[in-house]
Amino acid sequence: MIAELGLAALWLAAALALLQLATGVLALRSGTSDTGAILSALVRPVAILQGLLVSFAFLMLMWLFARTDLSVALVAANSHSDKPMIFKLAGTWGNHEGSMLLWITVMALAGGLIGLAERRLPEPTLLATLSAQAFVGLGFYAFLLFSSNPFARLAQPAAEGMGLNPLLQDIGLALHPPTLYFGYVGLSVAFSFAVGALVTRQVGPDFARAMRPWVLGAWIFLTLGITAGSYWAYYELGWGGWWFWDPVENASLMPWLAATALLHSVSVLASRDALRAWTIMLSVVAFSMSMLGTFLVRSGILTSVHAFAVDPERGTFILALLALYVGGALLLFALRVQTVTEGERFAVTSREGALVVNNVLLSAILGIVLLGTLYPILTEALGFRVSVGPPYFNPVGAIFVMPMLAVMAVGPLLRWRRDRLERIQKPAVFLIVMVIPAIILSLMVGYSGILPLLGVGLAAGLAVGSFLPLRGRNLLRVPLNVWGMVISHFGIAVALFGMSSEAAWSVEKLAALNAGDQTQVGPWTVDLTDVRPRAGPNWTAIEGTMLARYGEQDPIKVAPQSRTFWSPVQQTTESALLTRWNGQLYAVMGSQGDDDRWQVRLWWKPFVTFIWYGGILIGLGGLLALIGRLQGDWKRRHTERRIAERAAAA
Amino acid sequence: MKRLVIIIALLGLAGFVALAAVKMQQPRDDFVRSAMIGQPLPAFALPAASSEGEELTQADFRDGTPRLLNVWASWCVPCIAEAPQLSELQRQGADIVGVAINDTPENIAKFLADYGDPYSAVASDRMSQLQLKIGSSGVPETFVIDGDGVIRYQHLGDIMERDVPVLMAELRKAGL
Amino acid sequence: MIARFSVVGALLSLMVASLTLPIAAAATPHPPLAYRQLDNPSREAAAQELMETLRCLTCQSQSIADSDAPMAASMRHEVRTRIAAGEDPEAIRNWLIQRYGDYVSYSPQVGAATWPLYAGPIVLLLIAGLLIRHRLGGKR
Repeated sequence: MIAELGLAALWLAAALALLQLATGVLALRSGTSDTGAILSALVRPVAILQGLLVSFAFLMLMWLFARTDLSVALVAANSHSDKPMIFKLAGTWGNHEGSMLLWITVMALAGGLIGLAERRLPEPTLLATLSAQAFVGLGFYAFLLFSSNPFARLAQPAAEGMGLNPLLQDIGLALHPPTLYFGYVGLSVAFSFAVGALVTRQVGPDFARAMRPWVLGAWIFLTLGITAGSYWAYYELGWGGWWFWDPVENASLMPWLAATALLHSVSVLASRDALRAWTIMLSVVAFSMSMLGTFLVRSGILTSVHAFAVDPERGTFILALLALYVGGALLLFALRVQTVTEGERFAVTSREGALVVNNVLLSAILGIVLLGTLYPILTEALGFRVSVGPPYFNPVGAIFVMPMLAVMAVGPLLRWRRDRLERIQKPAVFLIVMVIPAIILSLMVGYSGILPLLGVGLAAGLAVGSFLPLRGRNLLRVPLNVWGMVISHFGIAVALFGMSSEAAWSVEKLAALNAGDQTQVGPWTVDLTDVRPRAGPNWTAIEGTMLARYGEQDPIKVAPQSRTFWSPVQQTTESALLTRWNGQLYAVMGSQGDDDRWQVRLWWKPFVTFIWYGGILIGLGGLLALIGRLQGDWKRRHTERRIAERAAAA
Repeated sequence: MKRLVIIIALLGLAGFVALAAVKMQQPRDDFVRSAMIGQPLPAFALPAASSEGEELTQADFRDGTPRLLNVWASWCVPCIAEAPQLSELQRQGADIVGVAINDTPENIAKFLADYGDPYSAVASDRMSQLQLKIGSSGVPETFVIDGDGVIRYQHLGDIMERDVPVLMAELRKAGL
Repeated sequence: MIARFSVVGALLSLMVASLTLPIAAAATPHPPLAYRQLDNPSREAAAQELMETLRCLTCQSQSIADSDAPMAASMRHEVRTRIAAGEDPEAIRNWLIQRYGDYVSYSPQVGAATWPLYAGPIVLLLIAGLLIRHRLGGKR
């Protein structure tokens, strides 16, 4: 009964999306006539109701998972009655159908929120935006209802569920996918705003202000999603790598790059009414990158790590949606291109100028990642295979990243509209002076490659440069969004330093040890004191006990394991991490060699944690900016209301 | 300018969709083929897997008899699955040379005792040297070598029943 | 099933996939230099750098430096042996490309099949320059 209720709610929500689209379009067409007024009054409530209904459907699915209703195909395939409750619930979105339902749920809720709260946009643009949102949503409803019904029943209820894979019962795994989905959905909302503004030819600051919180929100989620994913790969894989330019990793990076560019251009549009066409284009690109990422992962078109459990039919559906949305938006843009004027002018040497340079460079980086990721598909279609990996992405990307970081350090010092380079001469020279000792210092530690060296130098310059916008200001009066910018930019410097340090100064040690043997890795002395078997609820493990000493300090115990799960049979390495302020010791227990000694893999990675601290700072800066912007909007609206009240009273 | 950018974007989108659609029609193939097909076996010398056998070199393949070169290992599960098919190939007249990768004489002997020995000779490749030299990317794999010692064909993965006639045909093409 | 997670969720399946592969590896004897570093640190560094850019052919998407698969172990042994003998890393890369094709190397060489990978960024650089000039340039 629950499944049927859920399915009914899903169908109803789809019908409401259709209604939302129809009333929206008709209201736009009939303009200010009486029918137009009635129709347009309908759109907002319909959007809210749609959000509520599809949330209801999602809750029903969660309930099915909570009860482990094995007559539902999805539950039987992905859950198990013995799972802890938290993982039963997380199982709701830990599969294709459920995750698509989550996507459409968040999307419809976002539409409802716009319907409820958005008051800045002119009514026609809002109607067009909600119509565009309904149009995008309808594609996903069709996908769910016609090809991926999460509520489908089995003819015969299963005796037990199949999803008890212990590897998948991880709190990170439970939270990770929704994080990214929130990011994708935010970008889809930005896309709807752009389409709405194009339809009514209202591409201006109001549109940008309405769109900005959604872009910011999406960007925060994407940032945190990538950061968490990278840390996870690092500690789970057991080889100490944190980024390998795998197609899947790239698929998550591309929307982030586009969102970063969009975030900056939408700010220019909001505060300076410039970069109109560019902002529209970036909104379209950002959304296409989320769709592309979803497509690449679900279709299994690329040789990546998820070559199993992919489905060409679903891939085709997503591809069709991608073509429809992006192609449609681009065509609309082509038709409207004359009406989207450039907006306000500005000089080369200005804040806008710097932002344009950075936007163009970010887009170029996006282009390179896109090219490198898709190129193997192209050659495979032509009958030969190539691999594109770090030796391509790192240097080629660096050509664009380095000037971008340099502009990023000085850009915020420039004034809007028009400025003189002489004015920022002193701070610029100061920054360059900061770079030189950093490079000399890192040369003294040890040279290993030009890229890490430049990375350390740029990180030092950017770290200082990110705080320069605060100089000479009363810190208590600096708006939150400026703090946000400062902290995000500082986060980039921190992460860059971590990456460069990891690349330059990591020390690896593969040792074959008997219990009682000692080995060295970097500043650490590690004793393997004991190796013994351990048993868990569904695994056995070989656990090595090690005493690790940093220099002359007290030894610390670490105990990495090599685990073997028996149902299904799987081997995992449970690496042990020892975190200090200046880096991590990474220990992995390997197998026993021919001579009965144990293979132990050790890494000392100086400042590697800065990569993820940086990621968190970037996200935190985004959050501050979001709060600042929402506060600003609220204050502005409040003031406007007060003025109106006073005018009425007078 | 703006229109040009939009047109380029549209063309890019169309190109990508067409490419992806074509690619999705193609069957998936995760195997990495050797680039050595059509080339002579490189020089190598491997000890026999058992004490009474003789050293195996590229010269052994140049006596005019086309052969199957089966790359396998006692620790490889699919190798057990293909054992009956190898016996069938031998019954149909194929001369099969086995090369055991990363293996020990005891384990090789045990495997041959358990699952049958269809080989005319078994060499031991402890360091995967021959495997890398001929561009084999895993175990099991089976190469067709013609009577002049030239690599003619590569079968990747375990030999299933339907592959037996294919391999026999390739052997005949190579002059059996 | 594992792969049905979202984009970076799939990152996770990367690990899971890679973890499922070496089941056999535990029982597999491997060549000595697969898990042993070269004594000469600069040689070992050169070997490590090369191994990080060679593809493990039986894995999904990992370098031979990051995998417990038997094939990756064999290739590590080969690379370390050759580097220890003083061979140039790029010569080893080319030797492997001759046997396995371009696919084995994560570092695409400029060639008939790969030139667009390098022409692309140059075109992007030109477009970027043009765009910046167009937005900021002379006419105002």
